Amino acid sequence: MELISQHMELIYLIILMVFVGIEIIGHVPSVLHTPLMSGANAIHGVVIIGSIIVMGESDSFLYQTIGFVAVILGTLNVVGGFVVTDRMLEMFKKKKS
Amino acid sequence: MQKHILEIIYLIASVTFIGGLKFLGHPSTARRGNLLAAFGMTLAIFGTLFLYQTDQGTSLKNLPFIFLALGIGTLLGFVAAKKVQMTAMPEMVSLFNGMGGACAMLISLIEFQHIHEKSPLIILAGLIIGSISFSGSIVAWGKLSGKIKDFNLKFQQYISILLLLVIVYFAYDVSCLDASTLTTSFYTLLALSLLYGVLFVFPIGGADMPVVISLLNSFTGVAAACGGFLYDNKVMLVGGILVGSAGTLLTIVMCNAMNRSLLNVLIGNFGGSAAASGSTGGSGIQGNIKELTASDAAILMKYAKKVVIVPGYGLAVAQAQHVVHELEMLLESEGIEVKYAIHPVAGRMPGHMNVLLAESNVSYDKLVEMEEINPEFTTTDVVLVVGANDVVNPAAKTDPSSPIYGMPILDVESAQHVIVNKRSMKAGYAGIENELFYHAKTSMLFGDAKKALTQLVSEIKALG
Repeated sequence: MELISQHMELIYLIILMVFVGIEIIGHVPSVLHTPLMSGANAIHGVVIIGSIIVMGESDSFLYQTIGFVAVILGTLNVVGGFVVTDRMLEMFKKKKS
Repeated sequence: MQKHILEIIYLIASVTFIGGLKFLGHPSTARRGNLLAAFGMTLAIFGTLFLYQTDQGTSLKNLPFIFLALGIGTLLGFVAAKKVQMTAMPEMVSLFNGMGGACAMLISLIEFQHIHEKSPLIILAGLIIGSISFSGSIVAWGKLSGKIKDFNLKFQQYISILLLLVIVYFAYDVSCLDASTLTTSFYTLLALSLLYGVLFVFPIGGADMPVVISLLNSFTGVAAACGGFLYDNKVMLVGGILVGSAGTLLTIVMCNAMNRSLLNVLIGNFGGSAAASGSTGGSGIQGNIKELTASDAAILMKYAKKVVIVPGYGLAVAQAQHVVHELEMLLESEGIEVKYAIHPVAGRMPGHMNVLLAESNVSYDKLVEMEEINPEFTTTDVVLVVGANDVVNPAAKTDPSSPIYGMPILDVESAQHVIVNKRSMKAGYAGIENELFYHAKTSMLFGDAKKALTQLVSEIKALG
């Protein structure tokens, strides 16, 4: 209960985002499903911000090491995700015929 | 002041995520959308690095190491994404998704030390969802790249449900913060969640893997959002929940394209049950297979007015996308109308065929989706099926006992001739026989797609 009332603002944000997400995907042609999934994959790489924060607040060697790995993995997700998506979409661009 | 600038940066980044995802939904703006989201992400990352302040008002420590990790990750991610073959794209997406899940898992692992001060439920949610997404994605990656074989554990569904209950029990135990069992329970929970992810994906057939990847994708989104909740960080929350909800809907849309429910995909054991019914129902198909040579096929095609090519996973495996484009141009130069019929689930991912054919410069408007091409088959002279099977199986319309019954298919049998290129008579991914191959109009052109098509092209040229 306390958890909910303390974070009311965030909870409103969550609910709104759920609807925005649904609205955005609503009418996407199936050709774009794969790039879309890949793009969404890159966007959830935003988790990297959490790993940066957690590593930046760590004091012990153990946690720094785990944080270090977390930042690497998060970056892989972000960079890899966006680059792969771009490569997929590159193929859709208009070609000179 | 610093704090406020960072808040605004996060706001801008959030808007780029929403806008980027919106743009990704349209072919003409998709690329811009991706770049927009990437820009927002870069902004958010650098903003965090330089402007973030802890609760005590200090800046982040360990910055050199963070930069080192960022550098390593960027280099590895960039090289991996650039080097991967177009056919291996689905497993790459799965792998990157797993990395994100692992990242969320590790964050929860570190935050465990603060479990008394922060909300234990959120830390646990991040841990459980992140781990499931991580191990599940790795299994999906292994399956798609052929490193892990399909495997059916007996009573697998019951074990999974039991495991889930045990996870809930331990999660409850940890959230009670009973000091004596806290640490053990927490790590048990980590191990169980990882195991659950493996068991979750293991029995699902390879053809359903895109659906699973999409689902795991939305899981990772939710795991990222947990981090947002933990740090009161709105950009993480927006990005995570956006992907969580969009990913879930995308999963459902994909299931609909196959005319199956999500539940059916998850517990249906597609491969397993299909093989069983295939051995009983499938053996009922009687008839002869007509085999034809490349030169026969060449003659058929050269004197056709309209040819429709149906690409499938076999085309991707054989890397035959360039040859098929060559064939298309050759036929066009003879004044023959050529189109590609794209089934929504052809290949291993929706849009897989489009990406592949676009790679070999096939013009976008030649790729026709199923609903539009189906009425055209009656006026088509020759249909060339390249490495596709289940998407042209008439059993989906005629045989209620078939596991793919109800899935919309391409009505290739209404064309004059059907030429099917396959490596062998082996069944498709669903593991069922295809009576199309025994149809009077159908001829089989056996061989690897690339070799067979190359031969076909030279035969047509030889006809001059």
